[in-house]
Amino acid sequence: MNTFTPRPGSAPLSRQVAAQARMEARLMLRNGEQLLLALVIPVIVLVGGVLAADRLGLDLSGHKPVDVLTPGVLALAVMSTAFTSLAIATGFERRYGVIKRLGSSPLPRHGLLLGKVLALLNVVVLQLVVLVVAGLVLGWRPSLVHPLVSAGSVLVAVAAGTWAFAALGLFVAGVLRAEATLALANLVYLLLMAGGGVVLPTAAYGAAAGPISWLPSAALGDAMRAALVDARLDVTAIAILVGWGVLATLLTARTFRWE
Amino acid sequence: MSEPAVLISGLEMQYGDKRAVDGLSMQVDRGSITAVLGPNGAGKTTTLETCEGYRRPQAGTVRVLGLDPHRERAALLPRIGVMLQAGGAWSGVRAMEMLDHIASLHAHPLDTAMLHDRLGLGDCGRTPYRRLSGGQQQRLGLAMALVGRPELVFVDEPTAGMDPQARRTTWELLEEIRGDGVTVVLTTHHMDEAERLADQIHIIDRGRLIASGSPTELTSGGRSATIRLVVTRPFPDGAPESLRRELGSETEVTQLDDRSMLVTGPADGGTLGTVSRWCEKHDVLPESLTLGRATLEDVFLRLTGRELVP
Repeated sequence: MNTFTPRPGSAPLSRQVAAQARMEARLMLRNGEQLLLALVIPVIVLVGGVLAADRLGLDLSGHKPVDVLTPGVLALAVMSTAFTSLAIATGFERRYGVIKRLGSSPLPRHGLLLGKVLALLNVVVLQLVVLVVAGLVLGWRPSLVHPLVSAGSVLVAVAAGTWAFAALGLFVAGVLRAEATLALANLVYLLLMAGGGVVLPTAAYGAAAGPISWLPSAALGDAMRAALVDARLDVTAIAILVGWGVLATLLTARTFRWE
Repeated sequence: MSEPAVLISGLEMQYGDKRAVDGLSMQVDRGSITAVLGPNGAGKTTTLETCEGYRRPQAGTVRVLGLDPHRERAALLPRIGVMLQAGGAWSGVRAMEMLDHIASLHAHPLDTAMLHDRLGLGDCGRTPYRRLSGGQQQRLGLAMALVGRPELVFVDEPTAGMDPQARRTTWELLEEIRGDGVTVVLTTHHMDEAERLADQIHIIDRGRLIASGSPTELTSGGRSATIRLVVTRPFPDGAPESLRRELGSETEVTQLDDRSMLVTGPADGGTLGTVSRWCEKHDVLPESLTLGRATLEDVFLRLTGRELVP
């Protein structure tokens, strides 16, 4: 048999998906801006928030600021990766023909999507570990009344939040040009971080609390705070996230262009 | 297995009101290098992308390795290799990392280090894709097309942006893979590339097939000559017909514009003499009169009245 004698064939799907997930996670962590978004900004928000709350005497319904802020910052981290990083990365993959290139490889589209999801979850878990440690160092003590309920509720919230934000991110990346996606994904992230009820409880927004609580950012923040401050599953917030997830998935399925 | 590698019949593709492919039919034999030659915008890439399953034919049929590339894409993709005209990698990915990644999607990939060396990618294995030169990106693209050990590769303008050395390496590699039984379909607008590499050439223009054959058949094996006549003032009316009458039926005369004509016919001294006598008789002053062995460029010019590379 000569060097180039044909011997075609696909690797097993599981191996392809694992390879794709490893590759995407590696690229995400290699990218400076993405790392800034994923870790540096949430840590700054957490430290800054705790210091500011102490100095200003911010009233958080009798809770220690760090106990309320840490779950919010965990929500922020999920949002940054699932929405902003995913949208930007996918936008540029379309622009650079990566998706087109992979489209002629044995990796099927559902394999590519699955690889993306796994890469995303990988990075999210890494972020959560770092931020949990940072929170603990700052004096965060999550509620330990019902540890299983808390843990389960966090899992549900992270899963629903990742789904909703990833679907929204793919929607943006699928319809806009790469530069527009970059600008919009960052802008939306900043707006939601500042006024989207993610880091601070929606109650802190006064009269605007009603409409804000319908945002996916507020729903994810509320669900994380409910899990880690009150040890309960915030069913309303989860329902809102699922609603956003369904809506964005349908929109993405109808509008996404691979090239 | 005498079934052709690619069989296209009556393919039509339209974007808005632009007809990119207009009733194209052609065939690619297994184990050959087949060049699809034509100017930019002739419909080469659209045709290739239809074979690769990226686009659904609007009319006509396409079969690749006996499969419908759109409906049976999942079965086809592992068996073909695709080199895109540009791009196809993350900007931050390292060259070797990208090649290894594509390799990992296949069952029996080639040794990536060997492929990397063979393509002269040398020490740029750790270089991020965005810092590779255009020619290096092209070679990496070719490596990605070959790494899965396909039966058939589609390469779109494989040597665009390469220096002469890299072009030769690429040509030799394409000849070697044909020798090992891989079918190659390449698009190009360089006639020297088609002439050097291809067993079979399909010339397409404005979405139609205008000529097919081996390089020797298309250029009449060098027995045919081409004379290009450029004159100082526009030709008088009816000039091509009058020259054709002088030269006889074995010769073709094509008017390219109001000051140049192309004469193709048997390679003997007589034709040149006849053309120059005709000029004298009709008071036409030649600015240049050049004689050469007919090339693919001339074939294209004769068939379309336009230059292949403007």
